Amino acid sequence: MTETAVLAEAGTPDRRPRRSAGAGRPAWSALVVLVAVVVAMPVLAVILDGLGSLGSTAPPRDLPGMVLTTLLLMLGVAAGSLLVGGGLAWLVTAYRFPLRNVFVWLLVLPLAVPAYILGFVFLSVFDVSGPVQSVLRTAFGADVWVPEVRSLPGAILVMSLSLYPYVYLLARTALIEHTAGTYDAARTLGAGRGRALRRVLLPLARPSLAAGMSLVMMETLTDFATVQYFNVQTVSVGVYLVWKGTFNFHAATQLAVLVLLFAVAVLAGERALRGRARYHRQGGRGQGLQPQRLDGGRGWGAAALCAAAVSTGFLIPVIQLLAWAAGGAARNPGFLADPRFGEYIVNTLLVAAVTAAACVLIAVAVGHGVRLSGGRFVSSAAQLTTFGYAVPGAVVGIGVLISFAALDDALEAAGVPGGTGLLITGSVLGILYAYVIRFLAPAYQAVDSSFAKIPMTLTFSALSLGAAPRRILARVHVPLARSGIAVALMLVAIDAVKELPIVLLLRPFGFTTASVWVYELARENFWEKASLPALVIVAAAILPVLVLVRQARSVETSGKVPA
Amino acid sequence: MRPRPLIAAAAGLTALTAALTGCGIIGGQPADLQIYSARHYDLEGAFGQFTDETGITVEFISGDDAELLERLKAEGEDTPADVFMTVDAGNLWNAARQDELAAVDSSVLKEAVPEDLRDAEGRWYGLAMRARTITYNPDKVDPAEFDAADTYAGLADPKWKGRLCMRDATSSYTQSLVASLIDLHGREKALEIAKGWVANDVQIMSNDVLLLEAIDAGTCDVGINNHYYLARTLEEKPDFKVDLYWASQEGAGTHVNISGAGVVAGSDNAGEAQQLVEWLATKGQNAFVDANHEFPVNPAAQPEPVIAGFGEFKRMPLNAEAYGDLNAEAVDLLAEAGYK
Repeated sequence: MTETAVLAEAGTPDRRPRRSAGAGRPAWSALVVLVAVVVAMPVLAVILDGLGSLGSTAPPRDLPGMVLTTLLLMLGVAAGSLLVGGGLAWLVTAYRFPLRNVFVWLLVLPLAVPAYILGFVFLSVFDVSGPVQSVLRTAFGADVWVPEVRSLPGAILVMSLSLYPYVYLLARTALIEHTAGTYDAARTLGAGRGRALRRVLLPLARPSLAAGMSLVMMETLTDFATVQYFNVQTVSVGVYLVWKGTFNFHAATQLAVLVLLFAVAVLAGERALRGRARYHRQGGRGQGLQPQRLDGGRGWGAAALCAAAVSTGFLIPVIQLLAWAAGGAARNPGFLADPRFGEYIVNTLLVAAVTAAACVLIAVAVGHGVRLSGGRFVSSAAQLTTFGYAVPGAVVGIGVLISFAALDDALEAAGVPGGTGLLITGSVLGILYAYVIRFLAPAYQAVDSSFAKIPMTLTFSALSLGAAPRRILARVHVPLARSGIAVALMLVAIDAVKELPIVLLLRPFGFTTASVWVYELARENFWEKASLPALVIVAAAILPVLVLVRQARSVETSGKVPA
Repeated sequence: MRPRPLIAAAAGLTALTAALTGCGIIGGQPADLQIYSARHYDLEGAFGQFTDETGITVEFISGDDAELLERLKAEGEDTPADVFMTVDAGNLWNAARQDELAAVDSSVLKEAVPEDLRDAEGRWYGLAMRARTITYNPDKVDPAEFDAADTYAGLADPKWKGRLCMRDATSSYTQSLVASLIDLHGREKALEIAKGWVANDVQIMSNDVLLLEAIDAGTCDVGINNHYYLARTLEEKPDFKVDLYWASQEGAGTHVNISGAGVVAGSDNAGEAQQLVEWLATKGQNAFVDANHEFPVNPAAQPEPVIAGFGEFKRMPLNAEAYGDLNAEAVDLLAEAGYK
């Protein structure tokens, strides 16, 4: 069967004249631009709204402080995640130590805990009235000194320990993908392990590290839940403060534009970090990096490091949630039961699956289009598709609402009865659209950093052999970027499971997800009741994590990436 | 044929989307009344009872007030919503100001809801009342230490240095309390009060429950809380070491706020929408407020036992326009005072 298929396909290019080899390119370029426009439209609507009312309202009084806080927080969390994520990726790739195989995937789990759950749970455990400080007071007296938990350093610490998996995942993929040939070559040429790491692997991993850090910084930028618990006033907090505190939506959109400027800075920074470097995998399959065994104390030390990293962002919150659920159930066995339990979970998983698939399809198409055209305009358009990630979810939702309201008005003015009707909030289409805007960035980052490792010579060879762009996509680019695509699917699915503001704002009647369910209870501080749905979200987000880990492991055990 | 993964993926995606869109649109018969609610406590119970009594079915979407209002505005006349329900008088005032609520002239509502707890033009009606008052640890504070005439301002006195816990400036609770202080004393005096709190090294907490737990743990002596958080905690932990003090009883009275509802301007079922609001303000009062330990607005309804145990109190008259109008100023004032 395969043989005939190959034959049938092989016949196709022959029927085409030679010069049509790249005939699909303008179409692919146009596709990239189209995606950029559709994705950017709601964000643009917000920007226009903000700029249109510029000067009509005074900026918040402590704006300089907010800008400074945002800068410090983003840089702090980026540095922290680089240290933790990058360091752990190296640790589990280069060394063998007790429980290493378990930690390889445990270390990804903090991704499964949404910020709006983590902040509260963390403070419940570590703040003045929590068990940790209570024990300290009992042991050392009421005046025992403890560092201020609700502070900028506290927020940096907790956010680093919950966001590092972005860096960890991408760094680890890069380390595995590159170790095969390049590392061996370096060792053969006489470089020691450390030197091969510093001079060869680290520079090669730079694009992935940069991509991971930019994801971390954008998450930090748009976070509203965690920072608020830590009483850290970033510009995103300012957007809500102005919007809700002054009843002035336009003044809030001006601040949202400022948030976007930060995002532009992050993306520019990422580009600068990557530089002009294009590191492609070259050559054959080597032995790769052989993990070195860490014995005794050092081995357990490494295991303890991993355990510490996974505790703050995952184990402690989950244990606290379990304790609440158990406490509530002990008092009243029926109180955790909810008849709509199943429906919420199905909705959550369905939306996550569709969003992940849609984002990755688009990201692959965009990455492919950029690769074929290589033009600056198309590359910029591709960059534009990732901005949504840097816009707070509620603002994206509002952008979708106001751009469709404008479309509705325009259609009615043009004589279409009813205009768009309730297209956006009457169905889940609005949610999906907003999700794609928001989560195209992680998909594109992961796919693009995988594409970046495919030698351009491969693409050019295929083109010059007369393969149509679509065929190159299916037969060359997608198979070679498989690991990146899997990472992309997982990152988006996890984000979509956790997402709250968009689904809250745009959902039609009768459509509830697990995150909305948590929100309704948590907003009123019914944390015992909220603990079960919160655990459901964590569990649902773990599913894609496990899929990814399996995928990463199969890459690892097969020794190398198919190349 | 060789399977084409891309085409298969696209087809699968389309099918999934169709399934998802379908369940969003079709998903059963829409209810008679559809509600956008920024209030979350036990709505099902009250609405269920309303349906049992009247046969009118109700469904609701919960969300944040500002977002739901933007949604109402964007949907315009296409909106499915009949009733907009929210917390905080300023939000109700703002929704009315933006012409999203219809005027309802109802003698039932006028009789049930005290004049200051409803809009003069009948665009919204308060339905449940919460008090924001003083909570303290009885081991550390003698209630005689409080300034009975103006308790909120009294907390700016240096004798409270290092003993205060309050909510963050982002919280609408803090904002509307400060807005009412501006209304009462003028901006200058209100700023002085806020600066006094900051000078007393007030610990800013991000959550009312954590605040109460901090008082119980003894890390702060005094806080300002919504009364129902204490009622709720006492119900679970009867030996919780926090008492409630009714603020400013010898002065302007304790600061209160409401949650309330209005009929949406674009509603296609305004009659039944009005019927629901009327029911919530009369027969449905206890079903609506008790589970969350709030005070009924209707003087004919009795507060539930736990909060009745806090004793009767004099409340500060509610000036929704001031809460709404002065809220932006309150945000600015808090920033100026260095209150985060």
